[in-house]
Amino acid sequence: MAYPYRHEKETRVLSECFGDPSARTVAGWKRVGGYQGIARALEIGREATIDDVKASGLRGRGGAGFPTGLKWSFMPKNSGRPHYLLCNADESEPGTFKDREIMRWTPHQLLEGCLVGSYAIGASHCYIYLRGEFFETTQVMARALEEAYAEGLVGKDILGSGVDIDITLHVGAGAYICGEETGLMNSLEGRRGEPRIKPPFPAAVGAFGMPSTINNVETLCATAHIARHGGEWYRQWGTDKSPGTKLFCVSGHVNKPGNYEFPLGFPMMELIEDVCGGMRDGRALKAVIPGGSSVPIMSADDCRACTLCYEGVEAAGSMLGCASVIVMDETADIVKQVRRMAHFYAHESCGQCTPCREGTAWATRILRRIEDGRGTEDDLDTLVQISEQMTGTTICVLSDSLAMPIISSIEKFREDYLALIRRGERVGAA
Amino acid sequence: MPDNGRNADTVTLTIDGREVTVARGTSLLDAAETQGTKVPHYCYHPGLSAPAQCRICLVEVEGAPKLQPSCVTMAQDGQVVHTDSPAAKRMRQGVLEFYLVNHPLDCPICDMSGECKLQDYVFDEGREHGRGREPKRVFGRDDFGGDVLYYGDRCVMCTRCVRFMDEVARDSRLTVVERGSRAVIDTFFDSGLEGASFAGNVVDICPVGALVSKDFLHKARAWDLDHTPSVCTSCSQGCNVELHTRDNLVQRLKPRENQEVNGHWMCDYGRANYEWMNRPGRLESPMAGRGADRRAVDWKSALEHLFARLQSGGGDVMVVGAAETSNEGLVALCSVGDAAGTVSARVFRSPRAEDEEPLPGYPLLVRRRDLAPNVDGAGLLGFERTGDDDGGGGLEEVSGHDGIVLVLGDELGDQDEDFGASASLFVYLGSFDSPAARNADYVLPVTTFAEEEGSFVNAQGRVQRFWPGLRPPGLARPAWLVLGALAAALQGDRTPASAAEVFAGLAAGSEAFAGLTYEAIGESGVPLEAVHG
Repeated sequence: MAYPYRHEKETRVLSECFGDPSARTVAGWKRVGGYQGIARALEIGREATIDDVKASGLRGRGGAGFPTGLKWSFMPKNSGRPHYLLCNADESEPGTFKDREIMRWTPHQLLEGCLVGSYAIGASHCYIYLRGEFFETTQVMARALEEAYAEGLVGKDILGSGVDIDITLHVGAGAYICGEETGLMNSLEGRRGEPRIKPPFPAAVGAFGMPSTINNVETLCATAHIARHGGEWYRQWGTDKSPGTKLFCVSGHVNKPGNYEFPLGFPMMELIEDVCGGMRDGRALKAVIPGGSSVPIMSADDCRACTLCYEGVEAAGSMLGCASVIVMDETADIVKQVRRMAHFYAHESCGQCTPCREGTAWATRILRRIEDGRGTEDDLDTLVQISEQMTGTTICVLSDSLAMPIISSIEKFREDYLALIRRGERVGAA
Repeated sequence: MPDNGRNADTVTLTIDGREVTVARGTSLLDAAETQGTKVPHYCYHPGLSAPAQCRICLVEVEGAPKLQPSCVTMAQDGQVVHTDSPAAKRMRQGVLEFYLVNHPLDCPICDMSGECKLQDYVFDEGREHGRGREPKRVFGRDDFGGDVLYYGDRCVMCTRCVRFMDEVARDSRLTVVERGSRAVIDTFFDSGLEGASFAGNVVDICPVGALVSKDFLHKARAWDLDHTPSVCTSCSQGCNVELHTRDNLVQRLKPRENQEVNGHWMCDYGRANYEWMNRPGRLESPMAGRGADRRAVDWKSALEHLFARLQSGGGDVMVVGAAETSNEGLVALCSVGDAAGTVSARVFRSPRAEDEEPLPGYPLLVRRRDLAPNVDGAGLLGFERTGDDDGGGGLEEVSGHDGIVLVLGDELGDQDEDFGASASLFVYLGSFDSPAARNADYVLPVTTFAEEEGSFVNAQGRVQRFWPGLRPPGLARPAWLVLGALAAALQGDRTPASAAEVFAGLAAGSEAFAGLTYEAIGESGVPLEAVHG
């Protein structure tokens, strides 16, 4: 079967048109019900649209899981100043590749979501901040945006409603930290991509100093569907605390990696064993990172009863994050894996806050030494302490994101570290 | 709301078990300082914005989920703050350890050693032993242009320098390049800080030895320097400064905070202009006799003979003062002139620059056109400006005057050798001999401002005091003492014992200075309301 892999257990809301190039045009998108969401939103009004999203229980898909409707309601009413909607399309969390696919196959889905979001928060301008490496994606989006402008769906007086909403594509330069919401704002404004201290929060002082809301690509796409069908419709899927469907980016040692859309609460083992065709070469599962590299690593035991929803993964000791499931079999070298993640965070740290700037680089060097067989058992204590000193002490959560894999890997795979330290044996290094 | 005696403009909170009341909008860091607790910080500077990125000022606020940066967290009513709780201390120790991961610890050759905040904080609260086993990254040093040298390895990335150039100098020449632990401060163009007018301040605000002055490089250790409060003499702004001295030489000038005058800052022109205070070849002994007859005499005989000449003299007196001289010296000069006869001219010369140079982000501070500290004081004391904008010319009448000529402080550099040749009595009081002083009947060595106590009036009309930081050479004495003794003798008064007494006399006899005392002026000065009110 050709990519994208499909599975009959999927519930496709956002990914319905994945693999269908015809949905990239306005006409193609309208054929599957596109632009009805914004039409209904314009009909029922701003407040009702926000209420719909609140009722849907949609939680931010970028990783934090904050309720979207509530976030929208933080925007000031009648502030007399321009409002901005920012779409975070700087998808750069290691292991994550859902937003890119949404934009590649269904650019109008995102544009519609941006229109709904902009309308709801009273923004007449929306910026889509695209990751610098997304060349093809940017081309697809640019073409779609051009067509949408030509069709009167974006710009002045959209759909004859009298509402003006402009959308601008902004391509970043490829920095992980520009996916952090205030780092993105700085980058958008032409400054260094460095997260800002909060308060003030973006809803008060955001992009260009104006009230702003920032949402992930997948979140905004979901709001397009919610605007079309209503909030209760969305709750037919998922759990009480995690309503709706979600794209899961499965990568690693499974037979069929890819994007799969399921209602939240789907069992993790079923995803791995059934949907993804099981482990590569029939090997045993060793570990799973369930939400992109920034969340605690899970051992095979942790995965057994885990369901993929915000509360389910939390109960299993990790976080759902952006649902980027990285699966590792028994051949995985955890120490090397963690070292590579540490290197990534050290490389991507913006360098503002001392604990992150120095801590990520220091931890990387220690991990490298352990990996080279020159570590000591004291190093593990040092690593844990460094990680604790990097947790909750900085402006953004980049250093927390490294601390979690380090602490969890030492906790759960201490034997792998000790084998290297004591005997110079690389566990799993095939 | 119950009336609990609290003002809406203030908040009351508890810091380390003690109740503090501060103005609303005060940061926890400043609030802690009011009760004597200094919270360590690097990126925060009172004259700049606070990015809260050094993370060493984190404190525990009861009820907050994590430690809060005290520089940007505003004090609120009823807050309970712990700066010294185990969590806060553990975090500070951790942050300090992070700072030392890449810091070279080259304190023995670092200019900042002894006044370095990293040294201080690590000494206070750092770990006893480092755990770093990895090699440190190396950047080397970078010439930023102007007087500034950058040692990237020592840098703590507080970005104070970048923010100073952006926010205060409004001349964005510095930036952070790269990111993570590879981040360094750099200049945008090769010219760097060359030609910037206020860039020297980045050296002052650097909390460690990353930015150092080329002029001061390896010249003195911080702990060997004596600090004397003073006033910059390079223009009539009168920025408050400290003279840093060692071995009876001024080693550097540093700005001294005064929010009414210069904030935390000073200009590079003033900062660099101190070598003249150390200039050798000074007049060290009183001398009497014109031309070839000149001979060294002691003070007693010089003053006795001069007193006798002045007492018997009378006639037309011309007085030349200088805008570099203190109010005390100038007022004593006036007294002597008035006691000696009828004053027909009372003048001073002073160079003027073509333009002013303001500090855009702190508009109170302007490098003024008048390049002397006491132009306004001289004006208040009845001296009239003469000569051109280079501080030359204008003395034609004085030069050929046949009465009494008194010159104080003006080196007469542009005057030729027959200056004062026809004067009945020519007295020259200065720090340096001058060819134009060869006809002087008396050459009296006086101290520079760096060697004496006194006051100036700056361009804002503010009286500011300065203190002696150097020992005077030989027998040089303050002008207020020499002239004060003469004036007292001529008027039958008691010789003044201190500059304060001379100033008290000035305050008693002058409307502009009325009611002022040295105590009231203190270290930060007071405005002359009568003049500029």
